[in-house]
Amino acid sequence: MIHTLEPIIREHPFFKNLAEPHLKLVVGCAKNVRFDEGQMLFREGEPADEFYLIRTGRVTIEAHIPGRGPAICETIGEGDVLGWSWLFPPYRWRCDARAQQPTRALAFDGKCLRGKCDQDHDLGYELMKLCAAVMAQRLQATRLQLLDLYGVRK
Amino acid sequence: MASENKPIADDPIPEPMRPRSYRIQRVRQETEDTFTLELEPADGAKGFKFEPGQFNMLYVFGVGEVPISISGNPSSPETLTHTTRVVGTVTRAMRQLKRGDLIGVRGPFGKPWPIEQARGRDVVVVPGGIGLAPLRPVLYALTAQRKQFRRVALLYGARTPENVLFPKEMKQWRDRSNFDVHLTVDRATGAWRDSVGLVTNLIPRAPFDPANAVAMVCGPEVMMRFVVMELEKRGLTDDRIYVSLERNMKCGLGFCGHCLFGPTFICKDGPVFRFDAIRHFFSKWEV
Repeated sequence: MIHTLEPIIREHPFFKNLAEPHLKLVVGCAKNVRFDEGQMLFREGEPADEFYLIRTGRVTIEAHIPGRGPAICETIGEGDVLGWSWLFPPYRWRCDARAQQPTRALAFDGKCLRGKCDQDHDLGYELMKLCAAVMAQRLQATRLQLLDLYGVRK
Repeated sequence: MASENKPIADDPIPEPMRPRSYRIQRVRQETEDTFTLELEPADGAKGFKFEPGQFNMLYVFGVGEVPISISGNPSSPETLTHTTRVVGTVTRAMRQLKRGDLIGVRGPFGKPWPIEQARGRDVVVVPGGIGLAPLRPVLYALTAQRKQFRRVALLYGARTPENVLFPKEMKQWRDRSNFDVHLTVDRATGAWRDSVGLVTNLIPRAPFDPANAVAMVCGPEVMMRFVVMELEKRGLTDDRIYVSLERNMKCGLGFCGHCLFGPTFICKDGPVFRFDAIRHFFSKWEV
């Protein structure tokens, strides 16, 4: 009996509302991956060939600052989606990502998905809406982080 | 409504406008700008009872009086503990006080956190920054009566790892009190092992049943607005979300009107409010 990743993908919050025919299309671009603590998922400037749905564990999004080392901008955990650089030219990562804990994820082949989106614009629209919602949420969170809410008023 | 909060007054305050002299037993620097004072009555009298969430007016003689929440253990009222941050003239002068110095105390004032309403339910405690100090008595109370509550989730947001308050107690709450403790900071370096991001990010997957939970939220008002939104997205209704507010409290008794907030006085009707009682004016600039 062949087990597919479909049930796992269906349960992940990112894809839980995706229609059945579209889900079947994205399943073909997915694979299971795992990362050890401290392992890099990707580095800034590398080709952004994949994006990830985190199943367990936690990943840090980092920017390397010369002379200071890695600064953690954000952490991505269970149920979150990691990466949108696969959607936009030049398809290269704009940050580093490292497993802060042992992490299991679903990795989706960005090139494969882009091809399917080009062929099926309905799928492309649905995926773009899902990614846009995540981007909007992260932008909102970043705005609040920039407000330095916990600091002293000066 | 806010009136569901249990009113204080088990121990009537004999002369609420007259400060009592307390002697500083200990000054502890918590973070770069935050410190804790432990006080005992100067005249050898017994300490007074208080409930989690209540505050006292602390008077630095010759400088001024400020409202500070009680951050100590309600089951050990003999020592009065206050944690505050240096933000103005009075707290700056307060930070200069040393062991053995005297300070004036009026209180306790205000409505407490809803410990009774939380009994038998999941409890979600969401402090941000110095907002952990007014919620620490809640965590002591939950620890003391642990079996009477279901899951307890502590979701704490701070500016940096160095600004996390009470780190030793965090470990105890995690290991001994069996709380689900999740920390997040706005920025960190590689040595940090917890989350980075807003405290709101911790809510979607925090372990609680929205149908049977009570949330207590304390921190900057902007943070509380977004925390409430996330809690409601999880399905928690606004009659089971409580927030603690701060305004320009002066008399502590609702006489002077300095802390008027919409139709309420923060000092007397709050500082802890059930969210449905204030939501219609909570986000209004003009209030």
